[in-house]
Amino acid sequence: MNQVFSRPDSLLDLRMHYCPGCTHGIIHRLIAEVIDELHLRERVVGVCPVGCAVFAYDYFDCDMIEAAHGRAPAVATGVKRVLPESIVFTYQGDGDLASIGAGEIMHAAARGERITVFFINNAVYGMTGGQMAPTTLLGQKTSTTPGGRNPQAAGYPVPVCEMLSTLTGPAYIARVAVTSPNYVTQARRAIKRAFEVQVQGLGFSLVEIISTCPSQWGMSPLEACHWAEEHMLPQYPLREFVEPREVAK
Amino acid sequence: MSAVAGEVASGRVLMRGNEAVAQGALDAGCRCFFGYPITPQNQIPDYLARHLPEVGGIFLQAESEVSAINMVYGAAAAGRRVMTASSSPGISLKQEGISYLAGAELPCVIINVMRGGPGLGNIAPGQGDYFQAVKGGGHGDYHTLVLAPWSVQELYNLTRDAFDLADRYRTPTLVLADAVLGQMMEPMEFSRPPVDPASLPVPSWATTGARGRAKNIINSLYIVPEEQEQVCLRIQARYQEAAQRDTRWEGQYLEDAELVLVAYGTSARVCLTAMETLRAGGRRVGLFRPITLFPYPEQALAELSGRASLILVVEMNLGQMVQDVRRIVFGRCPVHFYGRTGGVVPTPAELVRAVEALERAR
Repeated sequence: MNQVFSRPDSLLDLRMHYCPGCTHGIIHRLIAEVIDELHLRERVVGVCPVGCAVFAYDYFDCDMIEAAHGRAPAVATGVKRVLPESIVFTYQGDGDLASIGAGEIMHAAARGERITVFFINNAVYGMTGGQMAPTTLLGQKTSTTPGGRNPQAAGYPVPVCEMLSTLTGPAYIARVAVTSPNYVTQARRAIKRAFEVQVQGLGFSLVEIISTCPSQWGMSPLEACHWAEEHMLPQYPLREFVEPREVAK
Repeated sequence: MSAVAGEVASGRVLMRGNEAVAQGALDAGCRCFFGYPITPQNQIPDYLARHLPEVGGIFLQAESEVSAINMVYGAAAAGRRVMTASSSPGISLKQEGISYLAGAELPCVIINVMRGGPGLGNIAPGQGDYFQAVKGGGHGDYHTLVLAPWSVQELYNLTRDAFDLADRYRTPTLVLADAVLGQMMEPMEFSRPPVDPASLPVPSWATTGARGRAKNIINSLYIVPEEQEQVCLRIQARYQEAAQRDTRWEGQYLEDAELVLVAYGTSARVCLTAMETLRAGGRRVGLFRPITLFPYPEQALAELSGRASLILVVEMNLGQMVQDVRRIVFGRCPVHFYGRTGGVVPTPAELVRAVEALERAR
């Protein structure tokens, strides 16, 4: 019998701590598949965030660093500058990247730092109990916006890809989702593209991945996927914002 | 003086303190620097921005002090000698990162050219960061090693030594200078050959890509308290080893001293001048100058306090190191304090008057 599907080499066979129905598992797998496909495992140094993905350093079978909250792009910069042949990625949630780490991501992008950033946007702080994130939608209920996010008090969602794509430094910026099989396939393509941009030394690459949090949204995994598509995608449209100049159409 | 890194690495030169720090880092084999502008340490990044690229090194001006220390964390995780420099308010901003470096057991060198404070303070010399430097500084149960130079020569020497100590004990190591030391120019010598960075081994724990080996993880997260406790104990054991092997101090006229001045850095230089005046007047005054502030040369001070009749601690703050001195002296002799703060440097004359007043009161 031919085996047609198996765990990627770059992902270890461990029990993950993620909640049932969480999309981190899908995203971990996609990243690991691409690392395998591009034969990068022995060159990769990954940098994990503070948040739900804090233990990701255990799951990937490559060198991994745990960074302070929001600081992963700065840590990745330090690694990449001294090891230019390495392939450095960060894995960051919305609170980590777009709130406490807004300065670090902005300037890593502005410098055209040759790193790859995976930005997991599920519009909520998962690990700490469902607080408002910078990407929380208007009207969305969280533990710190119990009446729904009111812009008069809590401001507006932060569109990371749109903001960073105004800079000259980024070589590739895309927003994808993992809420349906079709979207997962597109996400894998974007993840591969982002790594290839780094391998080719073209500049900064970032993939924002619209994700779900069934636990903190109070939904079943399937309901959460539907909610994300219905409510998040209008606010966070899926597309490629910046493409490498060499291959731009 | 605008020395060229390759040319100055031998012989006797006139050098500015901040530039001596930078040259010390280069000669220690350090090839990466991440920093953010702040007075009065700007000659350190300026010098390295000129000279690091010449030797294939990395100079990067970060967007913030916070980013700079986290870039240091990344480069240290990759197993490279790395340095950052700042001054008091900037060092406060770096404390989160320093705590993570300590927790992840990463070596690096951090220069603090102290200024007056608290708050924004001013750009005049201060020693108000003693507690922050020697008691930990950031959150959690850790210390950093702390070296306190008092001359341009020592700024160079101790910056070099800081890299060796950081590597030996896998810990962030601070060089605690101040605005006087950073800005002044003195003759100094390059007595040791520079370290070839290619001769420095890449540590086995470094995250350099898992090529032909099991993966490495750089981390300070231990979710099981007993595991975190073991890490803290391991780190603590290194401090104890450093206390045994690597404390340093220097004494002047301690053989016959009845009154011992205790000071470090710029305060110690003022003490030296005051002491010479006092000795010329027939007073048996000596100087005890700790060079490592953590670990503190406790045994030497304890022994000395058994022979001295009086200790006067002099600091450019309102009484920080004096608390450690009192703890170590443990009542063996009276310990008094004289301090100026806010960026004010005491004059030798006022120290002479302070000593005379103490003697009248006895």
